[in-house]
Amino acid sequence: MIKVQHEDFDTGQELAALTDGRTDIGGVASFIGLVREMADDRQLSAMTLEHYPGMTEKMLGEVEAEARKRWPLDDCLIIHRYGRLEPGERIVMVAAASAHRKAALEACAFLIDWLKTKAPFWKLEESGDDDPEGGQWVRSKSSDDDAAARWSADPDDKNQGS
Amino acid sequence: MKMLYFAWFRQRIGQGEEDIDLPADVSTVGELITWLQGRGPGYAAALDDLSVVRVAVNQEFSSLSDPVANSDEVALFPPVTGGTEPGTGR
Repeated sequence: MIKVQHEDFDTGQELAALTDGRTDIGGVASFIGLVREMADDRQLSAMTLEHYPGMTEKMLGEVEAEARKRWPLDDCLIIHRYGRLEPGERIVMVAAASAHRKAALEACAFLIDWLKTKAPFWKLEESGDDDPEGGQWVRSKSSDDDAAARWSADPDDKNQGS
Repeated sequence: MKMLYFAWFRQRIGQGEEDIDLPADVSTVGELITWLQGRGPGYAAALDDLSVVRVAVNQEFSSLSDPVANSDEVALFPPVTGGTEPGTGR
């Protein structure tokens, strides 16, 4: 399931909904990403996530489909927020449910690594300093590409440069 | 053609969305970007470094050599930074 929303979410409720009424699931692995106050040596007051409505849902759906192809998952969840978020707020949650823990844990790590390099989100960081663009746009990091690449190269990946 | 611009491309170009009439001699993503660069200083500033220009045609990541037509929705944006963990600011 894919959810793209501005509103916060209840992690307990989301996890419970994945497994309620199910007797085939052996384990659920989840990752929750938060807005961190320190970005390198700068202190953030907030960050604004911009996204491409329509393509975001489509790309997250492709990431989920790829995870389901690679691991025997009973269910799968990706929630990604957009808009202005302050330090400590939740940004993203991914969860994978499977009969066995190895598939759940691996799929969970895959989901967060792949969505970072495939979903069309951009972050504007506010630190209170004067900035003509209202903040600093976060540049993508090669470490994100490396994390995504460890799940084996995607021949169709055109976000990594032409 | 519907054009969409995101993040600092949107800020430098001064709008997030516009409809354009594709010139007859523009048939690929690369030719479209070259044509846009000539439309004004904002476009030139946004699109000066092709290594950070990403393109989606009809919401699919695309390459400079891919074809474009007037009926397409084309988005130009910098490399994506979803998920968590702040990165290196500019």
